[in-house]
Amino acid sequence: MKKAVLTGAIAVSVFSLSACKEPEAKGIAPKLYTDSLFAVMKADRTNYTKLVVQRLGPNGANVIKPDEHWQDLENGTLLPAQMFRAGSEAVAEMTDEFTYSLQSLWPVNKQNGPKTEVEKAGLEFIAANPGENFYGEEKLGDVTYYTAVYPDVAVSEACTKCHNAHKDSPKTDFKIGDVMGGVIIRVPL
Amino acid sequence: MKKLLWLFWLLLTLILAGYFIYKMAVDSDKSTFLIGEASHGHYQIEMACTACHTDAFGGKDMLQDACMNCHGPELKEAHDTHPKKKFTDPRNADRLEILDARYCITCHTEHQQEQTHAMGLTLPEDYCFHCHRDIGEDRESHRDLPFDSCASAGCHNFHDNRALYDRFLTDNAGGLWLKEIARIAPANAAEKIALHGNPEGSVAFSEALGQHPDVAAEWLGSSHEQAGITCGGCHTGRDQQWLDKPTLDQCQGCHDDEAEGYLSGRHGMRLKQGLSPMTPMLSDLPFKESTLKVQHGCNSCHKAHVFDTQQAGMEACLDCHNDQHSLAFEKSPHGRLLSKVISGEISADSAVNCATCHMPRQLIKKNGTEVVTEIVSVEHNQNMNLRPNEKMIRSVCMQCHNLEFSIDALADPELIKNNFSGRPAKHIPSIDWALRRLED
Ligand code: HEC
Repeated sequence: MKKAVLTGAIAVSVFSLSACKEPEAKGIAPKLYTDSLFAVMKADRTNYTKLVVQRLGPNGANVIKPDEHWQDLENGTLLPAQMFRAGSEAVAEMTDEFTYSLQSLWPVNKQNGPKTEVEKAGLEFIAANPGENFYGEEKLGDVTYYTAVYPDVAVSEACTKCHNAHKDSPKTDFKIGDVMGGVIIRVPL
Repeated sequence: MKKLLWLFWLLLTLILAGYFIYKMAVDSDKSTFLIGEASHGHYQIEMACTACHTDAFGGKDMLQDACMNCHGPELKEAHDTHPKKKFTDPRNADRLEILDARYCITCHTEHQQEQTHAMGLTLPEDYCFHCHRDIGEDRESHRDLPFDSCASAGCHNFHDNRALYDRFLTDNAGGLWLKEIARIAPANAAEKIALHGNPEGSVAFSEALGQHPDVAAEWLGSSHEQAGITCGGCHTGRDQQWLDKPTLDQCQGCHDDEAEGYLSGRHGMRLKQGLSPMTPMLSDLPFKESTLKVQHGCNSCHKAHVFDTQQAGMEACLDCHNDQHSLAFEKSPHGRLLSKVISGEISADSAVNCATCHMPRQLIKKNGTEVVTEIVSVEHNQNMNLRPNEKMIRSVCMQCHNLEFSIDALADPELIKNNFSGRPAKHIPSIDWALRRLED
């Protein structure tokens, strides 16, 4: 009897020890995942605007021309928003682990206006609470997504000038530092 | 009795199964499996099943790959307004449930002749509505326009809007309907790419010239003679033996881009799939009785030894094509330019023939390791300048006409039939609307 209890106790402790050694298979938290992705996106987006468009565009050396129809110009280059979308489309060709897009409550391109409830709530939240992000969940098709919305801020004159003057822009009084729209990152859960 | 019936059933099943297995695996004639005639774009190759059905189990994605395999490059060149990548974001999930724009076959279903419209479209023509229903709220001008008029009124295309987008319209507003007539650039592709003289590995066979004085006379003065290409340049076959009838393979050695275009278009697409050459008889279009059985190949248009591109650019077309547009050419304003050349009023490079518009010369830049070679090559894929006809506006019409006239003329079916003898009957207001929006 004693022997049996002892063996039992050893078995239980070995089992619990081994369970200790193997932590629960838990991936990176969605919030940390999307926050990190956003950091990369924001850095690239700001760098493209400041180091390429500002420096080489009409406000700088004037050797390249950022233009919606850049393909039609010999020295045409993508607008910052198009550059961002080109990245997102290239990512979509490599992985479906996450998707992202650039949207706004005051979109130049109507297709960039909010479509889902969460997009709308998120864009409204980040516009009303500068500096804060928005996190939510939503079901699109058959898939549930973790959806994060980050502010896209007017970092340079180039942003505000172009949007305020654009014939399709519903808002014409953006100032530097304003939240102009949002980056929406989705991760299927 | 019952046993006999069973035996009979078994026999019948085996025979049927055997027949289909034979048809599937052995017989080259697969017409038994054709579930319906293919559309006007694909009927020529409908018996080359594996051109699209590359795998028995691939489903939609396999078909999509097949579509893009042939049509991908031209969609890219057309700056496709609705590429798949615009629809893959999950925020489009509800749209895709109505119209899955990620797949070509959603709008272009094959083997459905009875419901196929122009451009191989198999959807009702008001499909734009699903995503653009509220366009009237943004654009006063678009309020109350019927949704089946977006792509049929000369204003928009689903894929190719290179000459129709708003800024292009406003940038190119105004001007004379007839500008100064453009000069056609001399083609130089073969000369820039191929070396002077016969291709490597060919035998000269110069003695053949003496044996065929009539051929020699045709060859003298030809572009081949000027480039130092002698009989063996084309007539060298396998194992360096004399080849009586050179084929596409020989031409392609020096004229690669042209051959590629040719194989992608209506004239050569059967050859690309390893089928017999196209003949007018296989087509539904109007053709001349006398040439119904002529097999298409380089030499059916480019007559051997002379290789006169003027002849290939018009007479060759009219040898076969017998529709109203073709027949009206010679008396049309474009056709009459030719007589002005003959009377010396204008130079030969200002004349227009069929190829000027449907197989135009185009400048392509080849990036070598060190140099960029600028090549003027002839686009031998006639589809690149045919339908939807708005894709001809920039590459062809606007070389001599302004944008407004080009849009109006191409939207007038009667004017196309009589080969542009007259003025457009209707004015398409897209430039006016774009200008007004800019002013507001
Ligand atoms: C030269 C003009 C130009 C500049 C500079 C520019 N934008 Fe845009 N932006 C546009 C256009 C045009 C679009 C619509 C592009 C599309 O989706 O086709 C756009 C799209 C956007 C969108 C998506 C919503 C919408 O309006 O369609 C946001 C957000 C945005 N821009 C923010 C910015 C910020 C922030 C900057 C500076 C870093 C910036 N833009 C610089 C022209 C410009």
